[in-house]
Amino acid sequence: MIPVEAYLVVSTLLFFIGVYGFLVRKNLIGILMAVELILNAVNINFVVFNRFLYPDHLEGYIYSLFVIVVAAAETAIAISIIINVYRKLKDVRVDSINELKN
Amino acid sequence: MDLDYSQFLSMSHEVSLVVVLIVLLLADLLIKNKKAFQYLAIAAFALHTVAGFCYYTDMAGDAFAGMYVSRDAHPFVKNILNIGTLIVFFFSFEWNNNENKNGVGEFFFLTLSTLIGMYFMISAGDFLFFYIGLETASIPMAALVAMNKKCTEGAEAAAKYILTASFSSGVMLFGISLIYGVCGSLYFDEVQTAFTNITSLHIFALVCFIAGVGFKISLVPFHFWTADTYQGAPTGITAYLSVISKGAAVFAFMCILYKAFANEPDVWKSILWWLIVITITIGNLFAIRQKNLKRFLAFSSISQAGYIMLGVYAGYAEAKVGMSSTIYYILIYMFTNLAAFGIISSIENKTGKVGMDDYNGLYSTNPKLAFAMTLAMFSLGGIPPFAGFFSKFFIFAAVASTKVYGDYVLVFLALLNTIISLYYYLLVVKAMFINKSESPIETFKIDTMSRVALLVCVVAILVIGFISSIYMNIYNISDGFAN
Repeated sequence: MIPVEAYLVVSTLLFFIGVYGFLVRKNLIGILMAVELILNAVNINFVVFNRFLYPDHLEGYIYSLFVIVVAAAETAIAISIIINVYRKLKDVRVDSINELKN
Repeated sequence: MDLDYSQFLSMSHEVSLVVVLIVLLLADLLIKNKKAFQYLAIAAFALHTVAGFCYYTDMAGDAFAGMYVSRDAHPFVKNILNIGTLIVFFFSFEWNNNENKNGVGEFFFLTLSTLIGMYFMISAGDFLFFYIGLETASIPMAALVAMNKKCTEGAEAAAKYILTASFSSGVMLFGISLIYGVCGSLYFDEVQTAFTNITSLHIFALVCFIAGVGFKISLVPFHFWTADTYQGAPTGITAYLSVISKGAAVFAFMCILYKAFANEPDVWKSILWWLIVITITIGNLFAIRQKNLKRFLAFSSISQAGYIMLGVYAGYAEAKVGMSSTIYYILIYMFTNLAAFGIISSIENKTGKVGMDDYNGLYSTNPKLAFAMTLAMFSLGGIPPFAGFFSKFFIFAAVASTKVYGDYVLVFLALLNTIISLYYYLLVVKAMFINKSESPIETFKIDTMSRVALLVCVVAILVIGFISSIYMNIYNISDGFAN
């Protein structure tokens, strides 16, 4: 059987890849994908902890379901805002979005 | 299993807000006259606000097996948020009539759905409920920031807001998942008993959690979205973001620290110490350079967030003192900041000007507005006898009451920063009263709604500090989550 640590290594890696992606990606859609990676790392964590450490309860499973739903809502709003940005600026790269400065 | 309907009694605020929401949703379909709809919306929400004071007593209780918690302090904070939101509605009246003609219904619906999210966030007794409340409060907020679809700044501000908000909730969730891993439960009560024997995993979980919430409260170093979002959003929404949303997030954060992490205050205390010092300092230093008043108030609100966190910090020794001084600070900060934003938004609606230089000579043309703005700035800076002085006094007294050396240092640093902040708050006053201008903002009358709201704010700034029963009342209802 695969030990708990293996799952946690995967989720931690995913989390930090997501954080790294959020910080270095230059494309708004790319940044959004990086955030999705973080949320997936969270889901893996919840499910693994629930399955291996606390199998009597369902809290972790339910939490991960909620995370999925909320992430979908968040992505919908984010995509619609990014489309709005694209319509205004004809670009979704971070460098070109700099109207708001002193 | 039968549902015990009596538990909804302790959720009176939420229930009545949901009723208001449904009424507004239907009214938006049926009423074609936008001005009439606005009157209806404000009246309905005002009714909800007044009702909030009526079912004030005897609301303590749990619902949904402890997921929802209501103690004496919760309805009070919800009432504060209600009043603030009502004032924001008053200030936005003119903007809704002119610029936002096609989005009036959306404006009210989205604002109130964020408000209900904040209710849930405040009253959460469980990390799941807290998370859902937080997201309900922040996802519609992004749509509100992008309310003006035609302006590029709004779209940019909303993009920055939603991306940082989702990133921060991702980081916060990672922290929560680790807390679940080490504690085996998500209820605050059970986390409290299980969160002991600190290992590095505990600390990492706590750091992730605090970082995630820090984004929402815009603590330095998680503040990068604040200035841009505040500048690009419509001014009414900016006021809402900087006061209501921040106040709710601080209170919810405080609940969690005092309840879930009550057994290990040393861990979060030292994190908060550093966060507060850099938040106040960086917020102040950046505020000095700003030429745009909305950006200026954004950095000012960052440093104010640091001061609010001082109250939260003070609670590590005695939760009751920390909690009451924080609530008091939120109350006064709300009136003060809303007054400042109200003036900025009415001037922006009339003339479209938001630069600091545009305010030169405002006193000669609009003396009353200049006077109200001066009061707000003095109160934000903490000059006696205005309300801001008393809120700062209680915050500092709360921190100093622990009689620990490090806390005296913290109070001293915060005091130093108060002096720096006086400099830039007085810059605005100087611009209005002393600087001469070739073309000052011409004399104009602000609309009745804004005038009423402004009057309320000004009276609150002048009077609240002197009514000592307000603080005593807050002190009595703050239980510090001892139970």
